[in-house]
Amino acid sequence: MMKVCDLRKRFGTIVAVDGISFEVSRGDVLGFLGPNGAGKSTTMKMLSGFLRPDSGTATITGYDVVRQSLAVRQNLGYLAENAPAYEEMTVDSFLRFVCDARRIRGAGRQQAIDRVTQSCALQAVMHQPIGTLSKGFRRRTGLAQALIHNPPVLIMDEPTDGLDPNQKHEVHRLIRSLAKEKCIILSTHILEEVDAVCNRVVIIARGKVLENSTPEALCKREGGTLDEVFRKLTAPKRPAVKGGVA
Amino acid sequence: MNGMLSVLKREVKGYFTTPVAYVFLVIFLFFSSFLTFQNGFYEARQATLVAFFTNLPRLFLFLVPAIAMRLWAEERRTNSIELLLTLPITVTQAVLGKFLAAWAVLGIALALTFPLVITVAWLGAPDAGPIATGYLASLLLAGVYLAIGSFFSALTRNQVVAFILAVVACGVFLFAGSPRALNYVSGALPMPLVGAMSALSFQSQFESLLRGVLGVGNLLFFVVLIAGSLWANVVVLEERRAA
Repeated sequence: MMKVCDLRKRFGTIVAVDGISFEVSRGDVLGFLGPNGAGKSTTMKMLSGFLRPDSGTATITGYDVVRQSLAVRQNLGYLAENAPAYEEMTVDSFLRFVCDARRIRGAGRQQAIDRVTQSCALQAVMHQPIGTLSKGFRRRTGLAQALIHNPPVLIMDEPTDGLDPNQKHEVHRLIRSLAKEKCIILSTHILEEVDAVCNRVVIIARGKVLENSTPEALCKREGGTLDEVFRKLTAPKRPAVKGGVA
Repeated sequence: MNGMLSVLKREVKGYFTTPVAYVFLVIFLFFSSFLTFQNGFYEARQATLVAFFTNLPRLFLFLVPAIAMRLWAEERRTNSIELLLTLPITVTQAVLGKFLAAWAVLGIALALTFPLVITVAWLGAPDAGPIATGYLASLLLAGVYLAIGSFFSALTRNQVVAFILAVVACGVFLFAGSPRALNYVSGALPMPLVGAMSALSFQSQFESLLRGVLGVGNLLFFVVLIAGSLWANVVVLEERRAA
């Protein structure tokens, strides 16, 4: 459902993504892990069509993310980092705008809004401006707009950042319920989240894929928890301290 | 088309759910009326709106970039641009939707000056031609300022920078035809270039339309400038994707 092949992106002299390749199928929930600045968000921005890769290809549901960007965006739900939205709009009018842009009209529109309002538990804030919402509600509003057209592919950049444990649990439950019929990628810093929802894991650092496996296989091979494996793979190497006094 | 309409609808709603449109309308109506009366609207004892239209190029020079500066800079600052451009909407549709929404607000501002039209119609027998072309010229000039402002807004995430660049760019085009500017450059530039500079200034194009003659050349001048600026706006946004 998603095929990423040798994707590269540089910003000036900084190489953000350096030849990333992986595949994700329907039914997969792929945890995209990496330290800050590893290239996770840049990769997701390229897959969503927001940034154009310097080289390499990526296809989503068979459409090329550069040449058939519009078709990709129709089949993709994307939650960007920090869940950007129009702050002056109420949640209801924001979701209506997304429906308009996605050509969801008539009775289908109200059904779609009701469905995501319920699954993201937004009923209490529907008529509140987004700028006045707590971080948790704001992120759930972002999640709702990503799910409103029931897309086959979902890309979420840190979907649970800023949520309290109960809200995190709810989002995990939602992702698990969607997992069967969708292809999902989520980036996170919270390694327990990978245990909770992901059946695949890709670890990247300095723009390169270091591991592409399942959480269980990775922990078994490296002998430790996911947290330990992550640190072992991505922690910067410390220079050896020379002993003795001059 | 649909993508453009959805952006247009959202933007128009945005203007009226925040104080932006109301503040703009009040300030515009206050200053446009104030300057009209200061120009001797009654004292001239003529049933025309020349005293009103004459001020608009200079008034718009500051007010239109104030509307335009937020168009893209605000999207980039709040990062909502990432949401907008990952919806199934093309950049061209987004640019047109935002431009038309802001232009509609400017159109409403001009329409709300209708009491002046009623006043001259009540007090005398005005020639409808120059009034109609005057409004058309004002709307087109506002559109040109807006398209230029929108372009500069796409260049930066800082609204103040976008505002200043737009005022300077529009100001150069506006005052290029003034006698002082032409006098200044006439020593350095060959006469045909000075003539071209005078003909291409906003002021001379605007004044041509004010005379009540709907010249194809004048209309084309404004339409081409709007289209060109919006095209540049699209190019800048597309380039940022690849940058």
